[in-house]
Amino acid sequence: MISCRDAVRQLWEYLDGAVDDAARARIAEHLGFCRRCCGEVEFAHELRRFLADHGTEELPADVNARLRATLNTLENER
Amino acid sequence: MAPSTARPTFAAIASLHLGRLYSIARPLVADQAEDAVQDCLLKAYRAYGQLNDPAAAGAWLTAILVNCCRDRARAQARHPATVDIDEVEDFSLFAKIAGEDPFPYSDSLHLDFLHQFGRDDVRAVLLALPSIYRAPLVLVHMHGFATKEVARMLHAPLGTILSRLHRGRKLFERRLWDHAERNGLLTKERA
Repeated sequence: MISCRDAVRQLWEYLDGAVDDAARARIAEHLGFCRRCCGEVEFAHELRRFLADHGTEELPADVNARLRATLNTLENER
Repeated sequence: MAPSTARPTFAAIASLHLGRLYSIARPLVADQAEDAVQDCLLKAYRAYGQLNDPAAAGAWLTAILVNCCRDRARAQARHPATVDIDEVEDFSLFAKIAGEDPFPYSDSLHLDFLHQFGRDDVRAVLLALPSIYRAPLVLVHMHGFATKEVARMLHAPLGTILSRLHRGRKLFERRLWDHAERNGLLTKERA
């Protein structure tokens, strides 16, 4: 039986599917009875969504124009 | 008539990826993002003949960009605050938020905490992380690349990338809390 500390340490890897079968079974067993760690899992999911939601930056129009100008210049060099 | 097998021009391919390249570069090199993408376009143009499958252009361009960002970050010689990995190993943002209870009237405390962060805040937190942890976080969790792909891009063994991801996530959690404290995000009224 693993402790909350051990379960939390491996939580993201567990969610990534990056733990071996034995560790996966131990964490799943722990989550079966530990409400606090279930909260940790739910929050880890939220944090992953949070990161994914903040991945896109707006490309400013002037930057876009300069990058496209570079591409045009490169094409015209051929 | 046989279907055309003409290879698309470099400009046609690269123009489809400009937005994403810029999005990846911003949390890696901040204000030098445009320059990093320009570096990437020049290098990629010269190497375009080595791209066998135009459908793989996104990952190919990203790999070139990440190396351009790394070169720029080195030249910039930023020195983020020293990191004590042992100190963050057992840190749980979930437990910290529950324990500190920054929004006592909230019935969705953890989500409300995350909702305090704007895009600039998230970028600032990421930029405060050492680059060896930042790049895997950005590529895997913000842009959906597989860890194996990131290992190839960063020329590092898969185990190293997994370890950096683990530490990077822990550091990110810790720094989110620190940023919120430092910037008064924990004292705002709930929207």
